[in-house]
This record gives sequence, C-alpha cells and structure tokens, in this order.
Amino acid sequence: MFQIDASVLSFALSGVLFTIGAIGALTRRNVIVIFMCIELMLNAVNLVFVAAGSALSSMDGSIFVFFIMTVAAVEAAVGLAIFVMVFRLQGTVNADQVTLLKG
Amino acid sequence: MTGAQGIIFIVVAFLAIISALLMVTRKNPIHSALWMIATFFTMAVIYLFLNAQFIAVAQVMVYAGAIMMLIIFVIMLVQMEKGEGEAVLKPRTSRIKVAGSVVGSVVAVVLLLEMLLVTLFYQKTGVKGDYTAEIVNSIGNVRTVGAILYGQYLFPFEIASILLLVGIVGAVVIVKRK
Repeated sequence: MFQIDASVLSFALSGVLFTIGAIGALTRRNVIVIFMCIELMLNAVNLVFVAAGSALSSMDGSIFVFFIMTVAAVEAAVGLAIFVMVFRLQGTVNADQVTLLKG
Repeated sequence: MTGAQGIIFIVVAFLAIISALLMVTRKNPIHSALWMIATFFTMAVIYLFLNAQFIAVAQVMVYAGAIMMLIIFVIMLVQMEKGEGEAVLKPRTSRIKVAGSVVGSVVAVVLLLEMLLVTLFYQKTGVKGDYTAEIVNSIGNVRTVGAILYGQYLFPFEIASILLLVGIVGAVVIVKRK
C-alpha cells in the first residue's frame, strides 16, 4: 500500500505543486503572476505524466509531456501578447481593474 | 531507489516546494519569475530520477529558457512603460480580500488532500509497457523518444508544428499597432 519509490513520491510532489499553483492563481492579482501559477500547474501535470510513464515502463508519458510543452509555449506567446495589449488599452495588468467585459 | 538517491530526491523535492512557495508569495513579479526558474530546474532534476532525460533537457531549454525569458521581457515591458507598480492601484476592500483568500485557500487545500489520498493510498494499476528503464537506457532515451515521435505519433507532431506557427502569427497580429 505505501511503497516508497520515485514515482509515488513524484505523484505526491506534483499534488503539492499543483495546489501551490492553484492557490496562487486564486489569490494573486497581477495577471502575469497568475499566468506563471498556471504554468506551475501545467508542470505538475507533466510530472504526473512522466512519473506514471516511469512506473508503468511506458514511453507515452514523455511523448505527452512533449506535446504539453508545445501547447504551453504557444499559450505563453499568445497570452503574453494579450497582456501587452491589455496594458496598452487599460494601463494596468491588475486582474481586478481589467473590466472591459464588465464582469 | 537506493539510500543516497532517495536523500537527493527528497532534498530536491523540498527545494521545488520551497521555490514554488516563494514564487507564489513574492510581491515583485520579477522575483516570482526568478523563483519560477528555480522551480523548473529542480523539476528537471526530478525528471532525471524518473529516467526521462529528454524531458529534463527540454524542460530546461523550453521552460527555463524560452518561456521564462518571454515572461521576464513582458514583465519589464509592462512595468517600465508607465513606471508605476501596484502602489497606485485602488486597494480592494479588506473584508472581500480576506474572504476571497480564505475560500480560495480552503478549496485548494481540499484539492491537495484528495490528491495525496489518491496517490499515497491507492494501488497503481495498468498494463505495463515494453520500455523498462534497462531497455530504454541500453538504446538511449532520446533515440527511443525520437523513434516513437516520428513513428506512432507523426501526425500529432506535424499538427504541433502548425499550432506553433499559428501561435507565432497570432501573437504578432495581437500586438501589432494599428
């Protein structure tokens, strides 16, 4: 039930990192810091993929992490472009003050 | 894991948690970004423990190199353009702020407890694959990843390249001044 190997410890570590990222994304105001917290959560998911691949002696975990990294890079490029544009329009990147949609 | 490896693994895991906590709690976004880079490096070391050398190197190059450089450039662009930080912003009323933080943290901690319960107390199931650590290390990790990526996953790989192209064009179009 409670065997200590690298994959089980990695699952626990990724749970902790995902929670830290989730708390950051819920509590911080600066959209760039929120974005970094989302990247941290993506990394925690990557860790689960690699650990599960290692535990089941499969290579598919590494392949999926490769694709997640691709999507994360595209997301970073487009998301940061949107932040720059929002800063030009609004003069701030505070998530409370960006109310263009009146949400 | 043998004893020395286990100790190194746990030390690196704690470093990852500490640098992630510092990333979330620092006020200055630049400090957050630098602690984020430290987190990515520690996670690359953990990928090495899990026999994923290709992913470890890709983590350092793509995340710690490319994505964080982009984020740091945007932070400097956004902070420098007007030269004012969060000080001039209207502060949120304290009661809503505290309530929001408490609710968010409680939700996240419940999430953590659920995940730890599942990971630590349930037996792993699933069909074992062919790529055990010995086989992969005898062929070479990068060679194995490359053979699968250009064989079984060739079509998703090409789609990923189109996605990157669309991302580049999209970013340029969004920030272009009219």
